[in-house]
Amino acid sequence: MKKPELLVTPTKVDDISRLINSGATAILIGEEKYGLRLAGEFNRDDIKESVKIAHGLGAKVYVSMNALFHNDKLEFLPEYISFLSDVNVDAIVFGDPAVIMAAREAAPEMKLHWNTETTATNYFTANYWGQKGAKRAVMAREINMDSIVETKEKAEVEIEVQVHGMTCMFQSKRTLIGNYMEFQGKDLKVEGRSKDRTLFLHDPERDAKYPIFEDENGTHIMSPNDICIIDELEDMLDAGVDSFKIDGVLKSVDYIEKVTSLYNEAIELYLQDPDAYQDKKFFYLEEIEKIQPINRNLDTGFFFKETVY
Amino acid sequence: MQQISSFTPEGKRVIIKKPELLAPAGSLEKLKIAVHYGADAVFIGGREFGLRSNADNFSIEEMREGVEFANKYGAKIYVTTNIFAHNENMEGLEEYLKDLQEVGVTGIIVADPLIIETCKRVAPNVEVHLSTQQSLTNWQAIKFWKEEGLHRVVLAREVGLEEMLEMKKHVDIEIETFIHGAMCIAYSGRCVLSNHMTARDSNRGGCCQSCRWDYHLFEQDDHKEEEIALYQEADDPFTMSPKDLNLLEGIPQVIEAGIDSLKVEGRMKSIHYVATVTSVYRKVIDAYCADPDNFKIDPKWIEELDKCANRDTAPAFFEEVPTYKEQMFGNHGKKTTFDFAGLVLDYDEDTKIVTLQQRNHFKPGDEVEFFGPEIENFTQQIEKIWDEDDEEIDAARHPLQIVKFKVDKPLYPNNMMRKGVL
Ligand code: SF4
Repeated sequence: MKKPELLVTPTKVDDISRLINSGATAILIGEEKYGLRLAGEFNRDDIKESVKIAHGLGAKVYVSMNALFHNDKLEFLPEYISFLSDVNVDAIVFGDPAVIMAAREAAPEMKLHWNTETTATNYFTANYWGQKGAKRAVMAREINMDSIVETKEKAEVEIEVQVHGMTCMFQSKRTLIGNYMEFQGKDLKVEGRSKDRTLFLHDPERDAKYPIFEDENGTHIMSPNDICIIDELEDMLDAGVDSFKIDGVLKSVDYIEKVTSLYNEAIELYLQDPDAYQDKKFFYLEEIEKIQPINRNLDTGFFFKETVY
Repeated sequence: MQQISSFTPEGKRVIIKKPELLAPAGSLEKLKIAVHYGADAVFIGGREFGLRSNADNFSIEEMREGVEFANKYGAKIYVTTNIFAHNENMEGLEEYLKDLQEVGVTGIIVADPLIIETCKRVAPNVEVHLSTQQSLTNWQAIKFWKEEGLHRVVLAREVGLEEMLEMKKHVDIEIETFIHGAMCIAYSGRCVLSNHMTARDSNRGGCCQSCRWDYHLFEQDDHKEEEIALYQEADDPFTMSPKDLNLLEGIPQVIEAGIDSLKVEGRMKSIHYVATVTSVYRKVIDAYCADPDNFKIDPKWIEELDKCANRDTAPAFFEEVPTYKEQMFGNHGKKTTFDFAGLVLDYDEDTKIVTLQQRNHFKPGDEVEFFGPEIENFTQQIEKIWDEDDEEIDAARHPLQIVKFKVDKPLYPNNMMRKGVL
């Protein structure tokens, strides 16, 4: 059985060697102008530096360009893609077909990973984007384990699945926090709306707290719990899912580092000795529970949940 | 780009590229009303593969009847088939699409490439339109979909007029845009609030409008218990309820931009809504196209639209990114000002007696308003009311009850009667 890639999101350049030393084999970085809900902001110099560090340690670097682009951003895409290609980024993550169009012109050899988040829901469509140039599909977080396994069986592209962290529930182009403040006659400073300050929506009905922030791409609302399936990795490892992602958005590097090393250990243990993993998997879960921020419970996302419609 | 206008021999400018007016219908009755009130095309939902799982949807046989009816009037039927399918939803898709082709629908409105590709393969005579669920926001993406063989794209709700103009300039493909109705406040397809909050999949039709619920906004540090409320006790809670879209006043610009299809949202709305909105936009489009240079918005159109509105309305992203003024806080709804009270079945010119199907309670003495494509709106005070057996009754109480009473001006079948709500 092959060991899957362990993809993590550093918050800054300095995090990278720490995370790779903890077991990460690929990192996802980018800047807000092009990518959605990143753990940190990486400008061009940072990206160059990150590639140097990661490649030096044998890890891959992916850059996120999965925003929904309006016309006014189109002119920047080819040039940015050329830059990423020049500095030897290993792949670009996209959702909007405009990125495929730009990449065809600017860097036809560049690898593309398809990640719209909510709409990657079946294997046919994963393969469709494969035919359009994607090497990998990142599955929506709203599909369950059985579908993931089936998708992996039938996919002609690599399959990436988020195994840990917060997920996005909602993106609006409107500045909803700012609008509320203005409606109240207040003016929350722009930086106050951003990821640096932890704002929540409290849903009294469900007694849940949803992180919310604004950035260049609009308003984002995040899941009330963090996904954690460190004790449920068997099926996806058996199925050969290509990449396991730990999303560190709105988390500290200490947290991401610890989670990365635990997942790495759990995966390696399963591959060496599945029974030993069974004995130890709840220990891993408990270790993660210990470091959870106060507002964040763990759950298994939609892996074992059915949705109706 | 296609030519939008030309000059008559007398030197008057007229619009030669008239956009399609596309109306919603959640049932056969609404479909017929939409066509009757001036829709050039109607979009409906099937029993499968479409969002709005609660909306009344059409069986294949009902679609057949709808298509036959629409064809008689030169109108087109599109079927929304815009779920993002999970693996388990693939079964039955081919059969379904073949049925749609056989029934003769003009096109399907699709988001998932699974359905796009399957349709191209098994039902090549059906046009494929890209749904707003794909949140199409730039012309390069439109170019991509054109190269994929799509006939038409529906724009994201977030696209403004300037952006539409640029899209039209860069890509030669039919563009459809929403002009009226309720809308998502999220980028379509990018909201799974309902999945998380109620285990209902919004991208397969299960949305329960969680965005319109009330929340409390507060700040809290990751490792501290203390919460800081960002509102006062008396403040209205945080919510994300958008005002409904209303582009009445932007229609001239949309027409001049060469947009091909103007879409009204609302498959779950009443026939009163479908009739009112369709007839108002019919008038606006016709008036502008006939004489664009002397066109003025008639305040009556604005009033008329308001008669079927249950929320405040705004032009959303048409000119710029909406502010708090395009959202609703506190009381999200708006009291309806009019109720749909009856549908005209027949009118006897000699006796001036209308035969009408009751849709809401009314009684002698009530003042009602009639409207329809053949008539100018007028009001009338109701005198005596008789039932089907010519027995005088003290009120029209029962839904769908057939009643008769005197109306001074002529009426035509499918004209509607509405009543002000106090
Ligand atoms: S919750 Fe609101 S924004 Fe989200 S899909 Fe439903 S209507 Fe749209």
